[in-house]
Amino acid sequence: MSEKFIFQTGKISKINLSGKLDAVNAPLLMEELKSLIGQDVDKIVFYAKDLEYISSAGLRTIIFAKQKIGTETSIYFIEAQESVTDVITMSGLDNFLYIQDSFDE
Amino acid sequence: MIRVDTYPTHKYKEFNLRSGKPVPFGATIVPGGINFSVFSRHAKSCELVLFKKYEKEPYASIPFPDEFRIGNVFTMIVFDLDYENIEYGFKMDGPFNFNEGHWFNKEKILLDPYAKAIGGRDEWGKEPDWNNCFQYRSRIAFDDFDWEDDRPLEIPMRDLIIYEMHVRGFTRHSSSGVKYPGTFAAIREKIPYLKELGVNCVELLPIYEFDEFENSRISPVTNERLYNYWGYSTVGFFAPKASYAATGKYGMQVDEFKAVVKDFHKNGIEVILDVVFNHTAEGNENGPYISFRGIDNKTYYMLTPEGYYYNFSGCGNTLNCNNPVVRNMILDCLRCWAAEYHIDGFRFDLAAILGRNQDGSPMHNPPLLETLAFDPVLGKCKLIAEAWDAGGLYQVGAFPSWGRWAEWNGKYRDDIRKFLKGDEGFSGAAAQRLHGSPDLYNRHYRGTCASINFITCHDGFTLKDLVSYNYKHNEANDENNNDGSNDNYSWNCGVEGETDDDGINFLRRKQIKNAISILMLSQGVPMMLSGDEFGNTQNGNNNAYCQDNEISWLNWNLLNKNYELFNYFKKIIVFRKNHPSIKSSEEEDYSTHLDNGYPKISWHGIKAWEADFSGTSRLLGMLCCGKGENGYDFIYTAMNMHWEMHGFELPNLPEGYKWHVFANTDAKAPNDIWEAGKEVILENQNQFLVGPRSVVILVGK
Repeated sequence: MSEKFIFQTGKISKINLSGKLDAVNAPLLMEELKSLIGQDVDKIVFYAKDLEYISSAGLRTIIFAKQKIGTETSIYFIEAQESVTDVITMSGLDNFLYIQDSFDE
Repeated sequence: MIRVDTYPTHKYKEFNLRSGKPVPFGATIVPGGINFSVFSRHAKSCELVLFKKYEKEPYASIPFPDEFRIGNVFTMIVFDLDYENIEYGFKMDGPFNFNEGHWFNKEKILLDPYAKAIGGRDEWGKEPDWNNCFQYRSRIAFDDFDWEDDRPLEIPMRDLIIYEMHVRGFTRHSSSGVKYPGTFAAIREKIPYLKELGVNCVELLPIYEFDEFENSRISPVTNERLYNYWGYSTVGFFAPKASYAATGKYGMQVDEFKAVVKDFHKNGIEVILDVVFNHTAEGNENGPYISFRGIDNKTYYMLTPEGYYYNFSGCGNTLNCNNPVVRNMILDCLRCWAAEYHIDGFRFDLAAILGRNQDGSPMHNPPLLETLAFDPVLGKCKLIAEAWDAGGLYQVGAFPSWGRWAEWNGKYRDDIRKFLKGDEGFSGAAAQRLHGSPDLYNRHYRGTCASINFITCHDGFTLKDLVSYNYKHNEANDENNNDGSNDNYSWNCGVEGETDDDGINFLRRKQIKNAISILMLSQGVPMMLSGDEFGNTQNGNNNAYCQDNEISWLNWNLLNKNYELFNYFKKIIVFRKNHPSIKSSEEEDYSTHLDNGYPKISWHGIKAWEADFSGTSRLLGMLCCGKGENGYDFIYTAMNMHWEMHGFELPNLPEGYKWHVFANTDAKAPNDIWEAGKEVILENQNQFLVGPRSVVILVGK
């Protein structure tokens, strides 16, 4: 995994996820996400094609993104694997993020 | 601004500490750390034991500094904990003296009684490592679930239609067609089905963390492992069972269950939890140390003067519910489920125990029950008692209520079963039960909604088995068929068990329709058992508490096979919703007659207005009248539980009204029941020939 999760900032901020998002690296993602607070972000797009596993710590960073960065901010999960989308759906997170195959700006 | 109280004042090894807040009990996230707080009246000292998630050995043990103890509460804040990734327990040191009731053992690592999430048993049926010194691991739970606008639904009791179900059994069968069978998540997939059926409340068998391996063994009859499948044996009162969640292995059970509740509410369905406060999974004198026994045995359990456990629950021990500390724990627990999980109500298992004094004697005004009745947080929650216990205290009709408590009406079940199978002389009893059991529940004080009417529940025969078996068949339970009730008041319709005989199968379907008709036409609150709507069977097992297999799992293939039953259930439920006059009376309206002179409810027999309540009667006619926006509403139900056909004279209707058939269980489907509003006008408006063992429902309009 690259050192940086966020590879584009701005109204549309883009984040790359791969491998595992768990207790080891979720805090790092959290730190990066904190930099978006107050930045007038409309959309946060997680590219998750290569994400194999998301733990509760990983899911909580997504919740953080939604609750802290802005209630008007939309969250997208792109090309996520079924095992990941299932966990998102079952834990009720699907209510406030969009799970999509691709993202058009 | 950074607050001064977010700084540590003490240090133990590498851990920064500060004196904690004694309340709330349990582990609470505070700025910079976690506040731990645990009660023990008799312990001399206490240690907090910390584990990295899933690791066998603890990585730290922090004694609560003596100067942090407030009264009987050990409390401290530990700073800079990676709370996402730890599990914790307590070690307590104190006296060990059996006769005095003290069981302290400083070697045992104990579950926090207030743990809001529990790890260690994340997958159902996966045999644990019994050498592990700490089986149930307290975790820190988060309260960041997004409820949006959700709130408990507060459906009036009189409108409630309860569906009792087992979380795992509901979808575990391969025929259920869900992605993750047997889990909370799977229930969400079945919500459209429940909506179609028409129920508006589900009552879940225990979902608190319990140990399915408690008393687990291999059945010599089936060679299958027997589990503690129902789960009436609590390990942790504040935590949802991890292995009921498909995401339990990710530690997301709290969120998954909340997502289910939220989804139910979106679909207009309430959630009631079956809660077990009468005993715990620590069992009798030979049971394991899990939590309470090592934290303060003498406070949490009812003990004989010699130090043995009282066994009013039939399960080895009895929680000391009317000790003020335990009482408060129960209150905290229910408040947690009501506030944090948006639970709509609770059904209390063996609730008569909750009214026993600390020496076991029944109390007149049990403080726990009174507290729950008047608690502000629980103010709109349904409170339902199973009003008996295993120690012989039977309080149906007499459970202390303060106008708040409803009861599982065991007399309803027994009387209606006897009436259904054609026992003579039960017409009068049936009339009482249909009327909301005014002989048990004073109309002015408790009202008909105090009566939860049911014919079947998890404990006993399914409805299909009630009409297919004369005797219980519990051999698979490995107790020589001695377990389970012998008083089933069931009738097999001619042959014991499954049969190809068309006549018998027709009669069984008819009896099932008769039963659900009577249930849905009764005043009070109807409760049905899940699967009864498609003829689910347990092959005559009336106590499937240990059967985690096809005996108790709902077989969804039967839905197609018995669609006729599902259709009948669906339509009779709509009928109940459409006709307020068959539900309980309006609140605070105790008038007995309408302005057109008709009684709101009246009883009839072969002759109209002449009910036969004699010792040989098997017939009953019931006329319900109400007034709606479009005029008067008349519903006449003829119940012939005799094996011969009888003509029922029909009560006269006012001018302009005619009798129409809504249902006739003696008719073959699809003529057994009609769409609401499409009832068929009767040619003979004076008399109806009611077939043997049949129920006919007419509408006057």
